[in-house]
Amino acid sequence: MNLELILFLILTLVAAFSSVMVITRKNPILSAVYLILNFFALAGIYLLLNAQFLSVVQVIVYAGAIMILFLFVIMLINTENEASILADKKPIKVFAIFIAVLVFAQIAYLIFYSNPAELSNGTIENLIKAGQIESIGRELYTTYILPFLIAGYLLLVATIGAIILAKKKFE
Amino acid sequence: MPQNSQEILLMLPHVVIGVGIVISLLIEMYSKKSETILPWISLFVFVFAGVHSIINISANQILFGGMLEVGGKPAIFNFIFNIGAALLILNSIDYIKKYESNHGEYYILIQSAILGMMVMAGSKDIFMIFIGLELMSIAFYVLAGINKKKSSSNEAALKYFLLGAFATGFIVYGIALIYGVSSTTSVDSIIQNFSTFTQNILFIVGLLLFIIGFSFKIAAFPFHMWVPDVYQGSATTVTGLMSTTGKTAAFSVLLIILSASLINYNIDIFAPYFAVIATLSMLYGSIVAIAQKNLKRMLAYSSISHAGYMAIGLAAANSEAFSGIIFYLAAYTFMNIGAFGIISIIEKQNDANTDLTAYAGLASKSPILAAFMSLFMFALAGIPPLAGFFGKYYVFISAIEADLTWLAVVGVFSSVISVYFYLRLVVYMYFKESEKDIDLHIDKYSLLSVVVSGILVIYFGISPDSLLNLILSVVN
Amino acid sequence: MQVPIEYYLILSAFMFSVGVAGVLIRRNAIIILMSIELMLNSANLALITFSSFMGNSIGQIFAFFVMTVAAAEAAIGLAIVIAIFRNKLTVNIDQINLFKW
Repeated sequence: MNLELILFLILTLVAAFSSVMVITRKNPILSAVYLILNFFALAGIYLLLNAQFLSVVQVIVYAGAIMILFLFVIMLINTENEASILADKKPIKVFAIFIAVLVFAQIAYLIFYSNPAELSNGTIENLIKAGQIESIGRELYTTYILPFLIAGYLLLVATIGAIILAKKKFE
Repeated sequence: MPQNSQEILLMLPHVVIGVGIVISLLIEMYSKKSETILPWISLFVFVFAGVHSIINISANQILFGGMLEVGGKPAIFNFIFNIGAALLILNSIDYIKKYESNHGEYYILIQSAILGMMVMAGSKDIFMIFIGLELMSIAFYVLAGINKKKSSSNEAALKYFLLGAFATGFIVYGIALIYGVSSTTSVDSIIQNFSTFTQNILFIVGLLLFIIGFSFKIAAFPFHMWVPDVYQGSATTVTGLMSTTGKTAAFSVLLIILSASLINYNIDIFAPYFAVIATLSMLYGSIVAIAQKNLKRMLAYSSISHAGYMAIGLAAANSEAFSGIIFYLAAYTFMNIGAFGIISIIEKQNDANTDLTAYAGLASKSPILAAFMSLFMFALAGIPPLAGFFGKYYVFISAIEADLTWLAVVGVFSSVISVYFYLRLVVYMYFKESEKDIDLHIDKYSLLSVVVSGILVIYFGISPDSLLNLILSVVN
Repeated sequence: MQVPIEYYLILSAFMFSVGVAGVLIRRNAIIILMSIELMLNSANLALITFSSFMGNSIGQIFAFFVMTVAAAEAAIGLAIVIAIFRNKLTVNIDQINLFKW
């Protein structure tokens, strides 16, 4: 056992536990709080993967901005708790869980079967360089400049859309 | 970045629409008369982009260091998107007045959706596919719910959004696995090494998740749950746009996978999958459409079955199928936009006017609308010599060439079923007495749009070679 | 890199399945939206894992784009939820059904 593995296991347990809690809580606020916990655990895992930039963005954008939006909306509309998550249409829900378990089993089997470790061919220098803000920034503004521009339009459309859908009255 | 003026000239359609969005936004902010100006700006932008694409069809180039393809196959798709959108803008000018607000944003969102589609159709990199798809989808989520005072519109937006975002989840996970095996996102290099990558099961699973995500977007059978409600609940012009150009954009991405198996001469590994969803979509769409009393809902089920006919081509996976699908998409776009144009004219103030009974006796009230509606219904049913017939014909021929004769037989069988509900509308219009009094106001722009769609449907039907040769010239 | 790549991918597959299960079993539109965020995050984890182990930054840039899209989708989704809440006073998708599925 080394430190990296121990850290990984702790973060994985937190991430897995909190993701299950997100979909099983009756109160949406609790779900949102567990989702934030999940995002923090993921940010830690990104650090283990040497993706420092993404780790910071994960905390700022996801845990900071998106989840505040969620909490804000939940408090704004004051939703009632669901009576019970498995109460109505029980057969369908059991079937849904069965499907999800099947998906997981398949992907897990495939991951070990296809032996992805063969794919990992990066040297340690490359690996550290890949996650640095410098190399990401350079790629983003040279090779991927066109998708980056279109992402700007995407955010513009999202802003306009959110305003027209959520604003109460137009003069 | 573009290296010279030649390259900027070639991507002018994208630039013009991109600039059009910003200008429209400024006009909407500062001008009191934006409602009358914006339709014409959108119309100009779309007509320009469509005509520019079709003129420069032979100038096939890849720009931005392997990101965006212009000319060639994307030019045909750009033509379909832009001319389709221009026809719908003509319809919207009068129709959208029934909603009290948000006229300006409506046009901005349509332009954004079309920009997203053009990016998808021309994408040479998975980044572009993804970001184009999301630009289109997010604009459509908002457009579906733009009439926010009506709960049916809200519901349509919510359903479309939840299932669309669910599909996005599948697509992103699929892309992650594809990237994991291929270590690149360039479509060309993935296609070149396709046969090597397919030996890794993780790649196939990734591609399957990707295709499942797009099956939601083309509205094929097991993933069709959102279609009827969204098509019925959204504004009619929006439904017209997403059922035609939206489907075409999703197919333009699926055709990339088809070209991967074409180039590598190996058997299409997803042929069984597409054959199954084609069969189920065709039969399900045609059979359930019979029971529908609402015309928009009926056309929604018809849209599911048309997705099935097109998926036959994906299952056949030969070069005939490639051109056949593109022909079908063009024909379907114009006949469906025509049909939705007429629905939007009849509907006007009253949503109940989308019921079949509202069309009883239409022939005596407005012979011209009844005639065009019959034309579009015949075309959708696939009756020769209209555009819809040749679309189906080319796809069925490709299935027979690929030894999938049973699939073509199912397709013909399903077309025969579908004739019943398309012709029922014609019977209502010509042979039934009008039950309720509909205040029919036909504005000249909507009529122009319907007439242009009708002319295109007839033209593609009488001389299908004109369009087919154009497609064949770019699909070598 | 002392943790094998499989471990990361298993966590990602697990979170993806939990997200899928959440979308299928829950009836609260906001929680469904959160489950979709879980799915997108699992994909991000897979992308970053592959990117780090292969030593090229494409996957991390893609993850960056996925975050952009997730933010845009969350904004639109919550706006739709607010619009529907104004009309119906509920966010339970069973009670929102006007048309039959």
